[in-house]
Amino acid sequence: MADFGNISLALALTFCVYALFSLFFGAKTGRRELVKSGEHAVYAVFGFVTLAVLALEVLIMRSDFSIEYVAGYSNRDLPFFYKFASLWGGQKGSLLFWSWILTMYGALVALRNRQHAGKLVPYTLGVLSLTAAFFLIVNKFGANPFERLVVDHGDGARHAFAPQDGNGLNPLLQHPAMVIHPPMLYLGYVGFVVPFAFCMAALLTRELGAGWIKLARRWTLFAWLFLGAGVLLGGRWAYVELGWGGYWAWDPVENASLMPWLTGTAFLHSVIVQERKNMLKVWNVVLILATYMLAIFGTFLTRSGIVSSVHAFAQSSIGTFFATFLVLMGAFAIYLVVTRLEFLKSDNQLDSYASREASFLFNNLVLLAACFAVFWGTLFPVFSELIQGEQVTVGAPFFNKINVPIALFLLFLTGVGPLLAWRKTSFESMKRIFLWPTIGGLVTATACVAFGVRSIYPVMSFSLAVFVIVTLLSEFGRAARARRRNTGENLVSALVGITSTNKRRYGGYIVHFGFVLLMLGFTGRAFTTEGWGEANVGEKFAIGHYDFECLAIEDVSDPNFSGMRATLAVSKGGKKIAELSPEKRFYQASQQTTSEVRMHHALLEDVYVVFSDTKEDTGRAVMQVWVNPLVQWVWLGGFVMVLGTLVTLLPNRKDRAVTRQKRAIEQLLRETDKATVGR
Amino acid sequence: MNRQFRFAVGIAIILSAIAYFAVAGYNEGKAYYRTIDEVAAMDPADGRRLRVAGIVQEGSIERDGQKLVFTLTQDPKHTMTVRYTGSQPVPDTFKDRAEAIVEGRRGADGSFEADHIQAKCASKYEAQYGANAQHPTQLKLGGAGAAAANGAADSARAGY
Repeated sequence: MADFGNISLALALTFCVYALFSLFFGAKTGRRELVKSGEHAVYAVFGFVTLAVLALEVLIMRSDFSIEYVAGYSNRDLPFFYKFASLWGGQKGSLLFWSWILTMYGALVALRNRQHAGKLVPYTLGVLSLTAAFFLIVNKFGANPFERLVVDHGDGARHAFAPQDGNGLNPLLQHPAMVIHPPMLYLGYVGFVVPFAFCMAALLTRELGAGWIKLARRWTLFAWLFLGAGVLLGGRWAYVELGWGGYWAWDPVENASLMPWLTGTAFLHSVIVQERKNMLKVWNVVLILATYMLAIFGTFLTRSGIVSSVHAFAQSSIGTFFATFLVLMGAFAIYLVVTRLEFLKSDNQLDSYASREASFLFNNLVLLAACFAVFWGTLFPVFSELIQGEQVTVGAPFFNKINVPIALFLLFLTGVGPLLAWRKTSFESMKRIFLWPTIGGLVTATACVAFGVRSIYPVMSFSLAVFVIVTLLSEFGRAARARRRNTGENLVSALVGITSTNKRRYGGYIVHFGFVLLMLGFTGRAFTTEGWGEANVGEKFAIGHYDFECLAIEDVSDPNFSGMRATLAVSKGGKKIAELSPEKRFYQASQQTTSEVRMHHALLEDVYVVFSDTKEDTGRAVMQVWVNPLVQWVWLGGFVMVLGTLVTLLPNRKDRAVTRQKRAIEQLLRETDKATVGR
Repeated sequence: MNRQFRFAVGIAIILSAIAYFAVAGYNEGKAYYRTIDEVAAMDPADGRRLRVAGIVQEGSIERDGQKLVFTLTQDPKHTMTVRYTGSQPVPDTFKDRAEAIVEGRRGADGSFEADHIQAKCASKYEAQYGANAQHPTQLKLGGAGAAAANGAADSARAGY
């Protein structure tokens, strides 16, 4: 089965290289049959990589521990679900999975655009094949998951070896969120390769009109959706599984996933300016290239070990592969942009601060600044060692200090930007649009101060959130009222109606609303209360405005682990609201201790309890407790953002009608063609 | 020209504000990588924030409720007592022989007052077979962290 996997990989690589050349040469020399053959090869590559993935899954399911990867990331007792997920539990498997998604996207692009004439699509597929070829080379030669386990008994020779049982998947990763988080993240990371390929193809063919940007935008939106959802799922996993009370630690690997998301967000906004005003063309190209580079760089950062991270991927030789590839692709992309500058001229200029263009400009500016700050902060140990000769790290204070004001500014733009007119908004209409939102914001600020919130950022955040929500409501309200005047529908169907006639606009508003909720959730961090409590059975302690009574302390055991469990009754104002039983477990197979966090979720605040230890002298259980306000809003906001993005991705009814018409015309043309040939 | 100038001013203001926050955040959050022997040789009056990597000495972890004391080793000769006083719970990966990175300041008595701990455990097979080096070309950029990782592999191997 390992040989089968290896052969599949080799065939995939061969076909990939073939596709690369036949697509480029076919498109360049205008030989249609060569291009067609290249497209078929793209499907074949996907097929072979699929076979390789299946081979690895079969090896994992069969617990074939003579394979190093299987021995390293699976074991006999692992539940089916997690066995399946060990495909992406370790480095080599996850890189194969990366290739699989990439070649799947290649096949999808080929399939969806097979009717598309011209050079753009073959070149796009060519660039996709180039990236795929790189990853397949890594899979085959750099990090081959089908490698056999060998030992050196000290005689210099290598002996095949199959242990009785595997190492098992890290118990921390045995969580449902961990099964879907990596695939989501990869769908996002890899998804950014597609807009990059369209962009490179447009640069290569000099077809830099409106065609490629539309395709690139859709794919970016798609990738952005998955990346964002993946990042949030990762945060959610950290929150419920890692037991440190938070969901984001500015760890290098987290930062790596945030960076392409930031540049992708910038692109999704600035592309609107290009579509409407024919401006910022170079900028958009640069954003797509940057997003792609950051996506690959993220994979590199995770695996190269150049910065130490809590994420367990060890450093390995494939860092060199990635660094080389990044430098080559970067140089090539910059060369293409510079030589095509004349095709990327802008038709317009910025006119006024009070214009939508300007709000997009500032949106891009701060998003890029945030990305740059995260990049700089993440790599600071490397830079400082190169420059000063000693490693200096910047911790969470650095990232928070920069990104909190940036996020607040973005929140402000979220409310202002969509309502400003293109070119210039008159003072009169500004007054009309922003009167109520501003009042709403000011009232909120006053209320916050009256209720004793003294720190500036939370007050700003709450006020801006209300400001944005009022603008969004007034936007929906105005459009729905207008529609009701015409159709006489009820409010709900009018809202559905306006959203479905302009999915892109109103979907975008829903995403913005989700962002507001997300920001509210982040703001809750400012009000976190945390404390320790010790109790024996029957004893009580209090943290924040919650009382905890210890009901039981007992041993727990399972074939997989052994440990202790404490049961606590949680009450607020004398009323019992929950019973929580956090555990401390020790996993035999991996020799690892884990804390099983228990929490009580509520819309306003979470009570989060970790069983820390037992006191040796008194036998009391020591608990660490967090009261985390508004955390649920983070997940809620993420959910709303996903929902809004999905609305945006749905085709508009108008588009569908156009597609139908186009199909009919094409059909007609084909028939006339046949008729002509027949005659 | 005038219009472009006005936008340039706005952009400059925003960027300098961000730069200001960056410098402030840097001063608040920076920590210097030091090895254990370097910490031992340090001037006790030096109150800089440090980040030190090492291996948790087997059997040295003493927990009592929220207090935690353990010994971090660089090699048999250089060890350091670490007192952890942070509010975050110690990560689950923190255990005997784990590679750990502590952040904090050097105490007057030469021990280390940490308020932050990161830990990573080298997995069994990686530790065992990492030594037989299928890939001799390792990227040498990791500095202290990488050295600690290799150290972790070493000590873990010694255990098997």
